[in-house]
Parts: sequence; C-alpha cells; structure tokens
Amino acid sequence: MGAKVVTITSGKGGVGKTTTTANLGVALARLNQRVIMIDADIGLRNLDVVMGLENRIVYDLVDVVEGRCKLRQAMIKHKQFAELYLIPAAQTRDKTAISPADMVQITNKLREDFDFILIDSPAGIERGFRNAVAPADEVLIVTNPEVSAVRDADRIIGLLEAENKGPGKLILNRLKADMVKKGEMLSADDVTDILNIQIIGIVPEDEQVIPASNSGIPVTLNEQSRAGAAFLVIARRLMGENIPLNPTENNSGGFFQRLARLFGGQS
Amino acid sequence: MASFWERMMGRGNRRSGSTAKDRLRFVLIHDRINLTPERMEAMKEEILQVISKYVHIERDQVDIALTQSDRNDSRIIADIPFNPERSDAAAPEMDENSDRENPQPAEGDTTRFIDEPEDTPDDNPKPS
Repeated sequence: MGAKVVTITSGKGGVGKTTTTANLGVALARLNQRVIMIDADIGLRNLDVVMGLENRIVYDLVDVVEGRCKLRQAMIKHKQFAELYLIPAAQTRDKTAISPADMVQITNKLREDFDFILIDSPAGIERGFRNAVAPADEVLIVTNPEVSAVRDADRIIGLLEAENKGPGKLILNRLKADMVKKGEMLSADDVTDILNIQIIGIVPEDEQVIPASNSGIPVTLNEQSRAGAAFLVIARRLMGENIPLNPTENNSGGFFQRLARLFGGQS
Repeated sequence: MASFWERMMGRGNRRSGSTAKDRLRFVLIHDRINLTPERMEAMKEEILQVISKYVHIERDQVDIALTQSDRNDSRIIADIPFNPERSDAAAPEMDENSDRENPQPAEGDTTRFIDEPEDTPDDNPKPS
C-alpha cells in the first residue's frame, strides 16, 4: 500500500508542529526514507521557511486542488536530500479552499512513490484540522509540558477518537529536565498519565532550534543538537524500530518503570 | 479539595508541577464529559432535593464527585449520609435495611473521594 500518511497536529498553536514536521522529514530522509511533507496550514504557511525552501515555491497545494498545475509541479525538492519533498500551502487563501476529500485524493496519488507522507496540520479543531487528519494512517499530537497545551491535546485526542483516527501518539516537545527535577514542570510521566495515550517521543528544550529555523536548516542536521537526536529517535520509532524514547532526558519515574513501559507499551 | 489560596501558594513544599497536574485532571474531567462545574453543582442540588423528600440528609457530609479512570469511563460517585432518626417525618416509606450501617467502599480509581471515618462524634455540636 506504499506510504504511511502521518499527520502532525496539536490543537494549541505554537507548540512546535511545524518544527516537528520539518525535523521528522529530515530525520526520515537521513534514514533513507522517501518523504514528502504537505503544509496543510493554508493562509499561514510556514513549513517552507522552516525548511529553507521559501524561494523555490511556484505552485502550491490549492493550485493542485483547483487544477492549475500537476501534482508533480507543486513538489519542491530539498537541497540536500534527493528523496525529500515539500508541497507548500497557499498563502493567500483560507482553509475552505480544500476539503478532507481533496487531501485523501492527493495523498492517494502520492502513496506509491513515497515511504512517508507527513502532513503539517494547522492549529485549531476546525476545517483545517479535519483536512489534515482525513488521510492520516497515524496521528502525532505535539504538546508542551504546560497546562494549556496538554488540555488542548486532550481535546484533540477526543476528536480523533470521534473520527475513528485512533488516540494518536504523543510527542512531548520542549521538556526541560532540570525544571522537572525541581518539580516545577510536568514530567513526561505526568503528561502520559493524564492523557492516557502512548508517547512516541520526548524532545528536550534546545537553544539550537531557533538558530536552525532562523537559517532554514532543521536542527536534525546539526549533529550536536539534543533536539535533533530526539527527532531521529522518533523517526526510527515511526519506522517501527523498538528503541528507547530518550532515557537520558526522561528524569521522572524510576528506571524500571520506564523499562516496563517501554516493553509493555510498544504496539 | 485545597482552597484557592492553598492551590495558589502551593501547600508547604508543594511544587507547581503537581499543582499543574491536579488542575489538569480537574479541568479535563469536565471537558471530556462536557459538563461545567456550574452545571454539575446544579445537578447535585437537584439530586439532593429529590433525596431530601424522603430522608434527612446530612448536608455537610455529602460528597458527590466525578471520577474518571480513563477517557471512556466516567462516573458520578455519590456518598450521601442521612440521619434515620431525623428522617421519620420526611420519609414514611424509608427502607429499614439502609446501607448506612455498611457503607460500600469507593472504587479504587477515584481521586476525589473523601474517606469519612465511621461513627465519629459530631465535630460541630449545635447548641440545643
């Protein structure tokens, strides 16, 4: 059946959906996967700048849907990876320019040629979210260890269940291990406990993420970056490898508890 | 449940991380079942009014709480003690085999259930 369609969503804005999409794209490409990323955030496109591909845009997703270009013409190839592509969102339209059925149709055309189709969802729970989730085989919910972000993640999980898209898997982004240690931040265990879903990745807070987006070079290309290492772990887990979350960053809970979850929680 | 001030300041050594967890649990229970705390209060009041037609409820000991072991298992757990002696007038049809003497233990998943000690002397004796 070809590619796996993975939608990255969150409910709340600003938790790192686009950064996560870009970095998972790069991480999967580094692992020799054929990847295409689709920016579903019509009207507020950003995946192009985070990827450093903003100057190459000729056609966008809405052009494809409305028949102004062929699908192939809207695909922008990454500078460094031959098998990493982006379909940008339109900037001057809104979410109603495409429908969930359009997204299903487009991804079905791409499935044969790729291993992964990553969809960057807009924030919110309205049309844009439904467009992004419609073709998903798997949904990743990005959240931060903060009350508002976790609450919105819970809402998304409820909506996914209502749409039969399963509970999804969690990416906990911007975790500060030192604050968790002091008891001033929700731990990964706290968050999975509250949301009661499987966690696929923990990304530590990393000061290299902003310089990376400043220059349009995802942090996963930086060998020194701890966040980059975490995205590589998530990519490998997405590919079905049974590897630990990120034991050095997860300071909450006992070692054996984490070990048990690791072996017990893997599907 | 801690008072607003206690929650604001953290109890003793309590850190904001665990405050966050408690607040999230509370807000998510209501989010998930789409019942605001205000509506919950209205429902409680109505339940108590109905029961009060039959028995004399010890209002200050009532605990009606929402609990959730997971997203798809929500329940309302009510602990409503009443006084049979004072219930006679209000409740002519009251069942003599009341559960009051053998209260059922709460299920293990409840987080807000208050464990009332049995047969404690009245803490707030009223002047007669």
